[in-house]
Amino acid sequence: MSDDTLSGAKSPTARNLFNALQLDTRLLGMIGAFVFICLTFQVFTGDGNIFKALVNGNFLTPRNIFNLTIQTVSVAIMATGMVFIIVTRHIDLSVGALLATCSAIMAVTQTQFMPQWLGFELGNPLIWIAAIAVGLLAGVLIGAFQGWMVGYLGIPAFIVTLGGLLVWRNVAWFITSGQTIGPLDETFKKIGGIGGTLGTTWSWVVGILAAIAVLAMQYNGRKRAQAHDFPTKPLWAEGVISGLMVAMILGFVATLNAYEIPTRRLERMFETRGEIMPDGLVAGYGIPYSVLLLIAVAVVMTIVAQRTRLGRYIFATGGNPDAAELSGINTRFLTVKVFAIMGGLCALGAVVGSARLGFSTNDIGTLDELRVIAAAVIGGTALAGGVGTIYGAILGALIMQSLQSGMAMVGVDAPLQNIVVGIVLVLAVFVDIIYRKRTGD
Amino acid sequence: MATPLVEMKDMSISFGGVRAVDNVSVDLYPGEVVGLLGHNGAGKSTLIKILSGAYKADSGEVFVDGKKVEIESPRDARRHNIETIYQTLALADNLDASSNLFLGRELTTPFGFVDEHAMEAETRKIMAKLNPNFQKFHSPVKALSGGQRQSVAIARAVYFNARILIMDEPTAALGPHETQMVSELIQELKAQGLGIFLISHDIHDVFSLCDRLAVMKNGQVVGTAKTTDVTDDDVLGMIILGKCPKGAIPGPGALSSADAA
Repeated sequence: MSDDTLSGAKSPTARNLFNALQLDTRLLGMIGAFVFICLTFQVFTGDGNIFKALVNGNFLTPRNIFNLTIQTVSVAIMATGMVFIIVTRHIDLSVGALLATCSAIMAVTQTQFMPQWLGFELGNPLIWIAAIAVGLLAGVLIGAFQGWMVGYLGIPAFIVTLGGLLVWRNVAWFITSGQTIGPLDETFKKIGGIGGTLGTTWSWVVGILAAIAVLAMQYNGRKRAQAHDFPTKPLWAEGVISGLMVAMILGFVATLNAYEIPTRRLERMFETRGEIMPDGLVAGYGIPYSVLLLIAVAVVMTIVAQRTRLGRYIFATGGNPDAAELSGINTRFLTVKVFAIMGGLCALGAVVGSARLGFSTNDIGTLDELRVIAAAVIGGTALAGGVGTIYGAILGALIMQSLQSGMAMVGVDAPLQNIVVGIVLVLAVFVDIIYRKRTGD
Repeated sequence: MATPLVEMKDMSISFGGVRAVDNVSVDLYPGEVVGLLGHNGAGKSTLIKILSGAYKADSGEVFVDGKKVEIESPRDARRHNIETIYQTLALADNLDASSNLFLGRELTTPFGFVDEHAMEAETRKIMAKLNPNFQKFHSPVKALSGGQRQSVAIARAVYFNARILIMDEPTAALGPHETQMVSELIQELKAQGLGIFLISHDIHDVFSLCDRLAVMKNGQVVGTAKTTDVTDDDVLGMIILGKCPKGAIPGPGALSSADAA
């Protein structure tokens, strides 16, 4: 109440201009929190007074931003699936364990099954493709099985996946006999992180294509709205938003490109190819393949959520399960589908996670279920169901990871780090509740 | 006599030993409004939920246009152009009006994606007819008033060329002006040849809107009558006592004269 009057009196025109942008205020809040966290760590990792530290801090360096993004990918991929699970009023506690099982299956497929039993030569491209296919299949089947128990047998998802947490963690143990499996296939490892990047030129190509796609989408959306005579935003507002998005995409690419491959590492890369590195050559990493994978997952999941019947039914079922059923939606089968998607995304998370390590370890993905749920919830997914966004979950994962690695950089004690993350989770949900009460949605 | 639009014959359904609907037969002709009356728990809502596909009957037959049909799910009911406005409205509160209107029957683009713009355009068209004041096309339904929510639920039932309309207490949550609008709508739909089952507690409503009425008690039909053949008091007697008056055709649930004495 008082807020409205205050800001209204301050400058009504600025407010009107701002409203014309029709931005999602919740998204803005999350971005604000993220920026605040980044700037805080930037100051704390820098020297001198605040202004100097903002410039010379270690947090917002290309190197750290690069690391931050590749550390976020695995959890962010799974968080997009968790959005669907939580939106349909379920929960999945088994994602970390399922990731471990998928990781173990893929590791065994590529290090033992394919080369030793089927006689494929190490490095054969079929190996990594088959490993991912087998892992995906396992993830989808296990997810579907859990979804079947929830949807058709009526066992609460909390129980099914709590059991799954124990089962799949130890199925992974069984498959690997508790050993670390590796080294993994060279190509497979590239999906994980620092070893697999697009390089500067292709990164720019991807960035520019993405920018063009964003502009085309904005233009199309506006044209279609006009074709139906719906009210549209003013042209300048569309321009501002499009400009911001393009700037963000290109800025992100420029940052990742600015992280230069260390000279010695570059030399070794040339050596393995049997070439000699030209003197004074500088090369940037560019976009990691894992980030491309995350972007692809985010785009597909957003399209599913907003533009397909499946997505509509997921949100309708979360909003009112009875209404969904009375509208002829098969909510039981929908539950199976949602958990199958989650399983498949756990497998993708396993690909990125194990590829980044180069091995499949016994404890891979431990506590990931909590990180994934926290990412989705911080990203605005309501546990009551019916509300949540894919981009929110990814931003939530990014916020969690920034907090964690930022505190590690500043030198906060390990127990304190987890205490802070726990408090932030509760606080984020509390703020969201207040926000929803105020806006009434 | 013409074939009834819908005929439900000897319907029964039990929940945990309780016969919620017990050997009930009702029918409905084109252009007719039939009121279903009875206490809470008399079995009215359960009966119409069988017709709308929400429940599956234990026994009994349903005929549409004289042909026997199997209604096993809400989809089946919709396929026979049976549309229902539930007492709870059955709206997904987190979605906007057009998403609710087309829920389960989305319009899609040639690529198979949901065509939001086309759905919004259609929603705007039908809402302009039903409730010209309706403007909140982008708000989630929970942000709407009771009357606006009701008009979304009605739009959903009417939009898809319903031939048989089931209205479960359509005016219970409405103010006088909105109740008037619903009454006018029922008259209009009736004139178009739809058959309407109207569940209501308001005897006054039933007499002003319905051609016939059927009264249920303890899962059974007490009797059916033309509204012109019975009085308010007769109907109250049917609801409260299960006593079938002279002008009505007694059902299995009617007090026998021996009981009455």
